Amino acid sequence: MGRKLLLENINVPGINTFDVYRQKGGYRAVEKVLKGMSPEDVVEEVKKSGLRGRGGAGFPTGMKWSFLAKPEGKPRYLVCNGDESEPGTFKDRYLMTYIPHLLIEGMIVSSFALGANTSYIYVRGEMMPQIRILEKAIAEARNAGFLGKNILGSGYDLELYVQPGGGAYICGEETALIESLEGKRGNPRIKPPFPAISGLYNCPTVVNNVESIAATVPIINDGGDEYAKLGIGRSTGTKLISASGNLNKPGVYEIELGVPVEEFIYSDEYCGGIANGKRLKAVVAGGSSVPILPANLILKTLNGENRLMSYESLADGGFASGTMLGSGGFVAFDEDQCIVRNTWNYARFYHHESCGQCSPCREGTGWMEKVLHRLEYGHGKLSDIDLLVDVSKKIEGNTICPLGDAAAWPVASAIRHFRDEFEWHVSRPEEAMDRNYGLAHYADPLPKPEAVAAN
Amino acid sequence: MLKVSNTEEIVFTPELITKFNEIVARYPEGKQKSALLPILHLAQAEYGWVSTPVMDKVAEFLDLKPIEVYEVATFYTMFFLKPQGKYVLEVCRTGPCCLVGAEKIMKYIEQKLEVKEGEVTPDGLFSWRGVECLAACGMGPVLQIGPEYTFYENLTEAKVDELIDGLRLKTAEKAQII
Repeated sequence: MGRKLLLENINVPGINTFDVYRQKGGYRAVEKVLKGMSPEDVVEEVKKSGLRGRGGAGFPTGMKWSFLAKPEGKPRYLVCNGDESEPGTFKDRYLMTYIPHLLIEGMIVSSFALGANTSYIYVRGEMMPQIRILEKAIAEARNAGFLGKNILGSGYDLELYVQPGGGAYICGEETALIESLEGKRGNPRIKPPFPAISGLYNCPTVVNNVESIAATVPIINDGGDEYAKLGIGRSTGTKLISASGNLNKPGVYEIELGVPVEEFIYSDEYCGGIANGKRLKAVVAGGSSVPILPANLILKTLNGENRLMSYESLADGGFASGTMLGSGGFVAFDEDQCIVRNTWNYARFYHHESCGQCSPCREGTGWMEKVLHRLEYGHGKLSDIDLLVDVSKKIEGNTICPLGDAAAWPVASAIRHFRDEFEWHVSRPEEAMDRNYGLAHYADPLPKPEAVAAN
Repeated sequence: MLKVSNTEEIVFTPELITKFNEIVARYPEGKQKSALLPILHLAQAEYGWVSTPVMDKVAEFLDLKPIEVYEVATFYTMFFLKPQGKYVLEVCRTGPCCLVGAEKIMKYIEQKLEVKEGEVTPDGLFSWRGVECLAACGMGPVLQIGPEYTFYENLTEAKVDELIDGLRLKTAEKAQII
């Protein structure tokens, strides 16, 4: 069994209440920082932990914190990003539902570290039940003296509020989230200035994912060095993985970073293998935005090494043969799934969610959706496949925010690895309407590394 | 889109105004515009959708120009700009849910309710639509029903029957009591 830091007590009855959470050692991290640490000490521990942003980008959290400007006379804000909308990702929902006080505790610790006296948790509007859960937890923490004025007699004040979104994926991008929190459309801002200099209400602001904030609690309790001992290389600590698709046991798992992908999919401790006795065809390992890989490439790298659930190992081979850990949204496809249909579905998602500010994304996502639709429904041409690659390249890197890249990568990677399935949709349109392409060669053993080198 | 079908004066109840004021207090002085999304959610829960008169009234309350409310309400997909059924079934239509049968569930709902996506049943009780990823992929297929956003997971046709028939029964019983 891997070590658990966030979900250790998840099965304790009543852990969603303040009293049980407290009995289980909850709010110790708040006591520790308010009674014996300076804000700089807290930032230092988080830096030492090597924690990387758990929302998808993987940027070191401690470093992000250290960029926060501290001008005299201006308030600073911490905003927690609970907009969780990346297809395949549902770990933050889980955490907020079952152990809300872990997030509240992390918010207090992190707000103290950043010198914020008002902090917001921005939760996607569809998660109204979770918003109610968090508001109840905040009220409990306040009654117990962990929020409000002069917390635990330390002189530190903190007010914490939950803000609902309105159903827009783009608001997971931090500057769009800030715009939304200001009561505007979720249009990402041009950077610089970065939020650390000018964010919410033009004040210095840090935006962190729910899981990142929660992870500060064990980091403070055990020390940054202890946290950094877990995991592998620069992928320190544990990560929540949202497992979905055709798996025997979909759900949220806390893994120590570095677990082999094969073990994660097939062992009974985790997903328990592919559902209905089918074979694995493909995996999207880090949420819909990251490149899709066929079964053989998700299990092994081109060098023949076992692929691990870590930032580095999943990215091994670059986009040619690798992918990204992203948000940890792990979607498994069985042999009966159609890659063309799925790619069309994702393209429709990004078209729907594009804010419309940048023309490459606004027009390109719609164009890709249209072309993929005709491929899926048997009206495609062979040249459409290269057209898709071309359009995706013209979106990538040409937009204000990463939604453009996120829309381009799934399409480009699907064609990179499953081109023959796309071609089959063009050459055998009637057959493609009737049945799916199947597993084909996508799980075949990879060529030996020597053979690859010789080529 | 912004069809005015309800022109009578909108008057927010004192309870609603109290809630609005609680929300405005969360933000610094002069930043009351931040309250716009939470207040639109409350207004939609009260009226079932956000009509132009409702938006105008929200603008007046927050001391905003009406356009500032319109541009927000039209950007966020959770806000309904026309009347809906009493229960709006919102089914996740994105990739991971489709791997486990979301498309079949949507087709089944369409057959059962006998209305197309976005339309309202003649009794005014139901409408349905596909929505993008609801962040519950491991429990798919899923649907939600506002304004509480109650969540239904691991949907099957039998579960859809139970849900829709149950809501019909509940409404019929209520009507009898009245």
